[in-house]
Amino acid sequence: MKLSGAQALIKSLEMENTEVMFGLPGGAILPVYDPLIDSSIRHILVRHEQGAGHMAEGYAHATGRPGVAMVTSGPAATNIVTPLADAYLDSIPIVVITGQVPLSAIGSDAFQECDTLGITMPVTKHNWLVTDAQDIPRIIREAFHVATTGRPGPVLVDFPKDIANQMMTWEWPDSVNLPGYKPNLKGHPKQIKEAARLIGESHRPVIYAGGGILKARAAEALRELAELTGIPVVTTLMARGAFPDDHELCLGMPGMHGNYTAITAMQKADLLIALGSRFDDRVTGKVGDFAPDAKIIHVDVDPAELGKVRRPDVPIVGDCRNVIERMITAVRSDQTKRDWPDLAPWRHQVKAWQTEFPLTYEQYEDGPLKPQFCIESLRDHTPDDTIVASGVGQHQMWTSQHWKFRHPYTWVNSGGLGTMGFAVPAAIGAKVGMPERMVWAVDGDGCFQMTAQELVTASAEQIPVKIAILNNAYLGMVRQWQELFYEERYSEVYLSPDLPDYVKWAEAMGCVGFRVDTPEDVVPTIEKANEIDDRPVVIDFRTDYREKVYPMVPAGQPNDNIILGPETDRPGGR
Amino acid sequence: MDGSHHILSVLVENKFGVLSRIAGLFSRRGYNIYSLAVSPTEDPRYSRMTVVVDGDSAPIEQVTKQLNKLIPVIRISELTADQAVERELMLVTVKVDGSFRSQVTELASIFEAKILDVGYEAMTLMVAGAPEKLDAMTELLAPYEIVELQRTGRIALAKLSRESSKLKLVKNKGA
Ligand SMILES: Cc1ncc(C[n+]2csc(CCOP(=O)(O)OP(=O)(O)O)c2C)c(N)n1
Ligand SMILES: [Mg+2]
Repeated sequence: MKLSGAQALIKSLEMENTEVMFGLPGGAILPVYDPLIDSSIRHILVRHEQGAGHMAEGYAHATGRPGVAMVTSGPAATNIVTPLADAYLDSIPIVVITGQVPLSAIGSDAFQECDTLGITMPVTKHNWLVTDAQDIPRIIREAFHVATTGRPGPVLVDFPKDIANQMMTWEWPDSVNLPGYKPNLKGHPKQIKEAARLIGESHRPVIYAGGGILKARAAEALRELAELTGIPVVTTLMARGAFPDDHELCLGMPGMHGNYTAITAMQKADLLIALGSRFDDRVTGKVGDFAPDAKIIHVDVDPAELGKVRRPDVPIVGDCRNVIERMITAVRSDQTKRDWPDLAPWRHQVKAWQTEFPLTYEQYEDGPLKPQFCIESLRDHTPDDTIVASGVGQHQMWTSQHWKFRHPYTWVNSGGLGTMGFAVPAAIGAKVGMPERMVWAVDGDGCFQMTAQELVTASAEQIPVKIAILNNAYLGMVRQWQELFYEERYSEVYLSPDLPDYVKWAEAMGCVGFRVDTPEDVVPTIEKANEIDDRPVVIDFRTDYREKVYPMVPAGQPNDNIILGPETDRPGGR
Repeated sequence: MDGSHHILSVLVENKFGVLSRIAGLFSRRGYNIYSLAVSPTEDPRYSRMTVVVDGDSAPIEQVTKQLNKLIPVIRISELTADQAVERELMLVTVKVDGSFRSQVTELASIFEAKILDVGYEAMTLMVAGAPEKLDAMTELLAPYEIVELQRTGRIALAKLSRESSKLKLVKNKGA
């Protein structure tokens, strides 16, 4: 069968079971948009290419399947660099197709030419330039394979315009042959046994679960391991939902804005079982002082993570699920051979911290609206399996802290890159992938203004996402740092609560808009929003701008220095 | 260069953009390269890059692990300075008029350098050998005024041992 390059590209995407792609056409990619008309693939026309990239990410977060985006060359390719970098740091599988000027024009500073391959090399797991239409099926197959296997990540295929018009003989490769790419999934049996032995000798162990648990679809295995051993679990920002928050062994989020117990349990631990986590600086605080007494078991599918930050006592390269399942067997067999220490005193200690240092905030009846109250109300008045996306800032931390995640893949957020503007498009992508589920985005007023236009996309495509803006009229997280660390010298952080008018803006974009100023309006408005299923909804919650995210470990400090709340803002209290 | 340098012999797929992937990885992760030589291998599908890395700028284990993640990288062998036979090539043009020509020719023969070109006031030499030999030759030529000098960067192979191979396979992917 003879096909044009453009037809071969679309057919290859179909062969990879692409059901939907997010994109926006233009000169260099024009030929590919023609056969798209006849394809089974649903295309969602975005209003900015950054939106396409984050939608693909949101889709991948929620479904576990690779998200696909297609844009043209030059400015469109540079517009999608942010989502690529975001997906790279959070290991999200997305496949991005970019148009490119004809091969013969590459290097001539042609109209809308940019060095897409060069620009995206540092933010993709791999990228390809197609130089012969005959290679299209192989390259697309490789691209999906690389994006979704091993440590997942973004890939990019740069597609010159003349290749789209070149004829090729269709043939789908029946296997992938990449001699330099063979992820090791299995985990060394001796190391797994050694890990079980170490666990059986520890008195204060903590499971440090990271995003790798979700990538490996290992949530059930994790739960089994925790229950079998009775070891408490912290879930990092990327792993929220990987272990149920209402489980008695769950300690919640550690790190800079983690809760006291999660941070302190890690600090005092004699063993950390790091599963798909990477000792990020936002988790460890000052690395040299992190969990000083802990031995480390570190499981990751990416060998480069083992020893990158902290040298493990037992490094295990492998897929989390595979390794945890075999660790469970190893633990069982070790337990039959000798007595394991009783962890009850440790769990008792942990419980005591939880009771003494809970997350706190105060919503006064006629006082200003507290952001945490909005989030808790949303949590309590939405279905259990609601997917919640967030932007980056205070609202993100409060959402991660106060939401009760009971299921994996219900938390969609930008952890590694911290990309403002992630929430709206990511929520749209998640809703496209999971249309039966309720999808809420908790966004900041600053973040919302970065990508709000994608609500036009959502209205046009009838993707009924719901957005809760925690409108504190500030770039709140930055304001918080200026208040605490720059002597309240506020520099360029004020945004105004009324400019823009979020309700009118929402309506202009085809959404329903609500405004909430008082605590008693919170729940009724959420309930009204939940009723709407034919278009997006935006709620403008006017929240108290003075509220800060606590606990907080100031950047670069040891995790022993936890600021718990306003009383301990300053040395000596206030 | 001191003893902290490591020599990585990297077998890569002979494909478009591989050099920039490798160079880009070094710069973005903050690893210093002393020298880099790229050469074809006996198999046209692959090239070999010999990279000399400053061992102080990054733990060599991280460097090799990150390199291994690049998809066109097939295999990496690490050679420490005392495990390797290293060679380098240098071309140097020295300013010499008639009166000093014989001195330079004499130096050339001591260093087994070849005279490639002779002009009225200058002379071009080629010398191959261990990097230290090239350093020494450069020092001795300096008083004559070096007009231009180029070195290829080193290439290296493992020293052969009577007992067992000292070539340390860092990680054979898929193994
Ligand atoms: C694209 C981008 N620019 C700047 C920042 C730095 N930054 C982090 S949080 C934040 C404030 C976010 O403000 P808002 O969305 O209103 O959230 P809030 O903290 O007020 O909840 C800024 C500017 C960022 N993370 N991303
Ligand atoms: Mg704000």
